[in-house]
Amino acid sequence: MLDSKIPSGTLDSKWIDYKGHCKLVNPANKRKLEVIVVGTGLAGASAAASLGELGYKVKAFCFQDSPRRAHSIAAQGGINAAKNYQNDGDSVFRLFYDTIKGGDYRAREANVHRLAEVSVNIIDQCVAQGVPFAREYGGLLSNRSFGGTQVQRTFYAAGQTGQQLLIGAYQALERQVALGNVKMYARHEMLEVVKIDGKASGIIARDLVNGTLERHFGHAVLLCTGGYGNVFYLSTNAMGSNVTAAWKAHRNGAAFANPCFTQIHPTCIPVSGDHQSKLTLMSESLRNDGRIWVPKKQHDTRKAVDIPEEERDYYLERRYPAFGNLVPRDVASRAAKERCDAGYGVGSSKQAVYLDYADAIERYGKIEVSKEGRNNVSKEEIIALGKQVVKAKYGNLFDMYEKITGENPYEVPMRIYPAVHYTMGGLWVDYELQTTVPGLYALGEANFSDHGANRLGASALMQGLADGYFVIPYTLGNTLADAIYNKAIETTHPAFEEAEKNVSDRIQNLMNIKGTQTVESFHKRLGKIIWDKCGMARNKEGLEQAIREVQALKQEFWSDVRIPGEVNEMNPELDKANRVADFIELGELMCIDALNRNESCGGHFREEYQTPDGEALRDDENYMYVAAWEFKKDHQWELHKEKLNYEVIKPSQRNYK
Amino acid sequence: MEHYNMNLTVKVWRQKNSSDKGKFESYPVKNISSEMSFLEMIDVLNEQLIVEGKEPIAFDHDCREGICGMCSMYINGKPHGPWAANTTCQLHMRAFKDGDTVVVEPWRASAFPVIKDLMVDRSSFDRIIQAGGYISVNTGNAVDGNSLPINKDNADSAFAAAMCIGCGACVAACKNSSAMLFLSAKVSHLALLPQGGPERKTRVMNMVAQMDKEGFGACTNTGACEATCPKEISIANIARLNNEYLRAGITAEK
Repeated sequence: MLDSKIPSGTLDSKWIDYKGHCKLVNPANKRKLEVIVVGTGLAGASAAASLGELGYKVKAFCFQDSPRRAHSIAAQGGINAAKNYQNDGDSVFRLFYDTIKGGDYRAREANVHRLAEVSVNIIDQCVAQGVPFAREYGGLLSNRSFGGTQVQRTFYAAGQTGQQLLIGAYQALERQVALGNVKMYARHEMLEVVKIDGKASGIIARDLVNGTLERHFGHAVLLCTGGYGNVFYLSTNAMGSNVTAAWKAHRNGAAFANPCFTQIHPTCIPVSGDHQSKLTLMSESLRNDGRIWVPKKQHDTRKAVDIPEEERDYYLERRYPAFGNLVPRDVASRAAKERCDAGYGVGSSKQAVYLDYADAIERYGKIEVSKEGRNNVSKEEIIALGKQVVKAKYGNLFDMYEKITGENPYEVPMRIYPAVHYTMGGLWVDYELQTTVPGLYALGEANFSDHGANRLGASALMQGLADGYFVIPYTLGNTLADAIYNKAIETTHPAFEEAEKNVSDRIQNLMNIKGTQTVESFHKRLGKIIWDKCGMARNKEGLEQAIREVQALKQEFWSDVRIPGEVNEMNPELDKANRVADFIELGELMCIDALNRNESCGGHFREEYQTPDGEALRDDENYMYVAAWEFKKDHQWELHKEKLNYEVIKPSQRNYK
Repeated sequence: MEHYNMNLTVKVWRQKNSSDKGKFESYPVKNISSEMSFLEMIDVLNEQLIVEGKEPIAFDHDCREGICGMCSMYINGKPHGPWAANTTCQLHMRAFKDGDTVVVEPWRASAFPVIKDLMVDRSSFDRIIQAGGYISVNTGNAVDGNSLPINKDNADSAFAAAMCIGCGACVAACKNSSAMLFLSAKVSHLALLPQGGPERKTRVMNMVAQMDKEGFGACTNTGACEATCPKEISIANIARLNNEYLRAGITAEK
């Protein structure tokens, strides 16, 4: 079932050879080929724009009111590229190596190497589009460092890199809309994949404004619909981020890979109460200058400023002297959890650690003073100068923290705690980004391919844009070259009729339940089960229990959910119910996958499998594979294994000490 | 920070669809924590309405961290509510006190028709971008990113303009419902960068023409847009837009 289609040849020649030999579609034929792109984040917008530029007839869909709102916009810190502008030893190989190692040796070498190769083109493309990256006084691009690496290869635009990259891709997309190459369907949600003769041939989408179901044909369907972090209810994802499109594809034959690989980001603003609807990330770039600590004394109730230096435990610097506060996300998150579980947590909930900028402010202040060549400057003035530097670098993040917590992070250390942020798992795809359903592709976070068991910072933006700008334009042509003889299929075809009926029946079923509990309350309960038992730490017993609980929750949902309003109108509760129903099914598969993987790797930490000092203990002998799950029927999946072959890199225990 | 709980009356605009006339309804909400965000308070109210068998309030929201630009409420007569440089989703309930009545309306502008309750249609903004808010460079055309050094001040100003989140608060705040701040932010972003040079004249002419076609009003420099903008986009961008427009108009060859 799984053919990864990795080209032969040496690692660094695979992509070059592929591009040199893949099939092409001539411009006259491209005009006859229709491509559906679902989702308009970095992957979707860049794919839709690039394919439109090539001359394909593209239809793009998003559930938001404009393609510019996709959640890629919220990415803060930056985007990696192996430019080596800093002359600090970076190269395509090193970016490739760091990404494979960061992913704890659970990603494909060929895909990751290609990602590192095209990373340099992404920066060039974005600059050409007018993306205002940060620059030095000489006018050249600026870089910063990020977790899990020892070079400065991250390009950024203050704390709004995702926004600027997405606006760049959005503008390219709108240009194609203006040129008539792309037709945009905003406030539309994909609710089914239509298959004809085993091939993806279109979708059923719902116009969210009036509730009408629409049929759309495509010679290929690209799912660029992001990750499934909202299965946890509380995550840093946007409220609307969902798994529905990917899940429909999965139920229709597309294998779902490594669902248990989820990323818990170490620096988020802690939960403040039961009312919490989402969590907010504080960019990982803050770990460049901030120092993370907890009191050395358990259950210390003193204020942070009252705890003297020698009574603070900078536990990351203590445990990982080589990488310090810049260890990868999974390592940093687990270390925070370990301290809090051991009773050293801070804040009213005790589920938080400090991220302290006092040192950085003083250090930057001293640099400013020395730049001016002044002596005898008071500490107050040094600190005032340092605050200005920190404000220029991280001002928007500090403002955001203050708005949410009401505390001033220039004066008191921030409180942070890990939160669900990204999902490495996703639809299984081959080297061409095609799922196990011919004609159906998955790009960006929606696929599983490049990050293994843990994603390094500043590489999600890189992957989304790599897939959309530089990979799919080639790989799609390779399959569509054979489709030039296939005329567009009328949407009166029985397959479209049947698919639409299935969607319509499901919506009617949901509306007819007329139960007593709100959609939101089910989502919260699901999130709690998954967070408690399939979150930062997992064990066999908990996972088995979680599977039973999720199954029971599903039954309760389908018999007691209450959805107000009508079908044929704007009905956000109905939209949400459709999504939560899919999250429940995914939740079960996540636990099954986590239970199957009897090892710890990256973001998947099974308590039974750890080294004596609490690090993740991989089992390469038995689990060096991608777990691709095929949907059989409700509650039943078949596991297919794609063995991972490391030809260039020798897997070892990750060491950040 | 001291936390407290409060009881409020929420007076909110209800409108079933674009053809409905619409009216205000008042709802009591109890035990709202000062730590909640404004939208979490609306969530609580909506859960309450659903349980009571009523229709929840439809509103646009997505990222809830002040960057996607989707949330769009007029709170106590101000777009995005009482805090400066803020979006509705980032407004927290410590801005209110026990016993307050909070009035919530959708954006009011004929170019932003109401879809339902507090949701409006802002697709006119997308069409303004389609008219020229981009640099025409196909994927694959780019030269090395560092082959084009850009003066840091210009790069920083371009970034400051590019921070616009397209929420439409500037239009909602303006007595003329003008989209000049939104438009000028995009024109400035691209005019300040050398990459934007080749299309500088046609861009500004076409985008302004599209704005007029969408039914946005004219600018009378009252500055309400700048005062409201959650991303503090400066009104200096409107001056730059006027400059660009004049320059393009005088020197246009077609």
